[in-house]
Amino acid sequence: MSAFVQQLLVLIVAAVAAMIWLGINALVWVYCERKFAGHIQRRPGPFEVGPHGALQPLIDGLKLMGKQLLTPDNADAILYWLAPILSMLPVLLLFLPIPYGPVLTGMDVNLGLLLILAFSSFNGLAVLLAGWSSNNKWGLLGAARAVSQTVAYEIPLLLVVLAVTFMTGTLSLTEITNMQAGHIGNWFIWKQPLAFLIFLVAMFGETNRAPFDLAEAESELTAGFHTEYSSMGFGLFFMAEYGYMVVMCSVCSVLFLGGYHGPFPGVDGWWWMLLKTFALLSFMVWVRWTYPRVRFDQLLNINWKWLLPLATFNLLATALILKL
Amino acid sequence: MSAYQNSEQMKGDFYTQKFEAGKRDGTLILNMGPQHPSTHGVLRIVVELDGEYVVRAEPVLGYLHRMHEKMGETQTWGGFIPNMGRVDYGHPMAWNWAYCGAVEKLMGIEVPERAELLRVIMTELNRLTSHLLWWGAYILDLGAFTPIMYAFDDREMLLDILQRPTASRLTYSNFRVGGLQMDVDDKCIEMIKAFIPHFRKRLPMYKDLVTDNLILRRRIEDIGIIDQDMCRRYGCTGPVLRGAGVAYDVRRAEPYSVYDRFDFEIPTQTSACSAGRYLVRVAEMEQSMRIIEQAIEMLPSAQGGYIVDKAPKPAMKPPVGEAYFCVEGGRGKVGVYVVSDGSKTPYRVKLRAPGFSNLSAFAEAATGTLIADAVAILGSLDLIIPEIDR
Repeated sequence: MSAFVQQLLVLIVAAVAAMIWLGINALVWVYCERKFAGHIQRRPGPFEVGPHGALQPLIDGLKLMGKQLLTPDNADAILYWLAPILSMLPVLLLFLPIPYGPVLTGMDVNLGLLLILAFSSFNGLAVLLAGWSSNNKWGLLGAARAVSQTVAYEIPLLLVVLAVTFMTGTLSLTEITNMQAGHIGNWFIWKQPLAFLIFLVAMFGETNRAPFDLAEAESELTAGFHTEYSSMGFGLFFMAEYGYMVVMCSVCSVLFLGGYHGPFPGVDGWWWMLLKTFALLSFMVWVRWTYPRVRFDQLLNINWKWLLPLATFNLLATALILKL
Repeated sequence: MSAYQNSEQMKGDFYTQKFEAGKRDGTLILNMGPQHPSTHGVLRIVVELDGEYVVRAEPVLGYLHRMHEKMGETQTWGGFIPNMGRVDYGHPMAWNWAYCGAVEKLMGIEVPERAELLRVIMTELNRLTSHLLWWGAYILDLGAFTPIMYAFDDREMLLDILQRPTASRLTYSNFRVGGLQMDVDDKCIEMIKAFIPHFRKRLPMYKDLVTDNLILRRRIEDIGIIDQDMCRRYGCTGPVLRGAGVAYDVRRAEPYSVYDRFDFEIPTQTSACSAGRYLVRVAEMEQSMRIIEQAIEMLPSAQGGYIVDKAPKPAMKPPVGEAYFCVEGGRGKVGVYVVSDGSKTPYRVKLRAPGFSNLSAFAEAATGTLIADAVAILGSLDLIIPEIDR
């Protein structure tokens, strides 16, 4: 009994911590993204609120909360307001199985990877609901794009993750991290370089980030699936987007970059995990502010004609080498 | 889809209803604009979509109609010049020149050489700002945010240069019948001389980072074919025509002012697609710089003050008659036709806007493409909505 209570307590603490972590990340990355974008574009970025504009995301949050929650005419009100919540809630769950440090693991589940992949698919459903229920043609187009995109990009993502789990024989992220302990040579990026690259590309597709941000493509679809959302309805989608980015980058660092293990022995710690995740996030921001958007058929062509065959090949090659 | 069609509130206005008369089953009618991020102002396009494919498209104009032609009939000949600066905010000097040129032709006025050369220099600088504005906004339409900031960085330098002799930064109206309002100073010439090598260094960077980008090339190549036959039917001019392989440029075909003295090329592309129009405009920037360099070499010494033959009469009365004058603007052939009945106001002013003709080819070019391509085609036409609506 006491073990059960203890576990429950740990879970509650972990869930609260995940919520705080998500909130902090959203704030920090809204600021960092705008600042990075500013410097990429030869301008200072936010500068007015707080030192170097550091309080800008807080003020943005306050502004969003102060706005009216508006339900459009003829919209399906229940589904319309369910969508942002459905987009946001799974993100909290996704943080639980990720090992951020030797003790900083919310919940060491032996199916952690499966849990993450399963719950991250919820976002596709949330986007579809948002686009469909808001009774807006732009939203509908955005939703249709988002669904075919997330469905398509999940397959190569799963295939490369599968290749890694062939090597490890486990779906627990903690165990996968521990297999890469020691030095930089043990990281899976050297054993699975192709898988790493495919994961990186599929990550952009999964999180709807530029150059694959076709679901919201503002120069084509004004704002895509969240055209009609105001106030925190939009805010939740926004936070969920950053949440998914952080989750995908964390999973990428666990699978390929050794998680919380340092590049040489004796320096392991949560700071490595943070550093790797943030480096990947910066990479995503950098790409967003550099490349134009691909067209929708090109997006699917990249997936079906390149990523999928390559991921399948990678999987078969991994299986063959392991068998030999 | 029935939820959309049965709703009484979704009936739409006159244009939507007219468009819906020819609607096929299973398609969606969508209003792009008048408030849409990639219609550059208040252009409205009604499109019929089959999935993401454009079945039909129809531009709806008039949201920015300001009656410039009618205003011309109520103002004095000189008082209409500021209107010319506001017809096309992208390349206002071409409009200034077309109007002043027409009135000069009507009155038989000779323009002093220094004024002619300064007109060339300023119009070509203005063409650079126009092309930079288009370039940044076009890449923005294609989803990349950063290039517009770099383009505006360079454009800012040009505006600083043009600000000195014109005292304005966007809607220039410094042309006068018979010359220019103000002479340039030596500082301005120095700034131009400093700008050209700076911009020559930037162009290869733009080429490496943007023009040669694989995603960009795939987005614009073979999209939106406007070939020579279509150009003839719709009256397309400027980079749209040159992108289709016709080396027609008013500066070369019907040389006005002093353009016959300069050595410059007319860049053309044979692909007739969005990429062709893109490459033509990028190549034109270099040619404009060549013209400016040559014009600065030829510039005679300053006279100071007004560089017109005689002091301008506020209420000039051109003789009875009519005149047409056309110049090469950033978007194509800019023409102004004036009729005088001998009074101090024009009897009729007709403006020939190149953007209007170029836009009319859009519906045919966009049919059968994806909605993302339609945005790419629209951007490649370099539309300035106030010029189309006038």
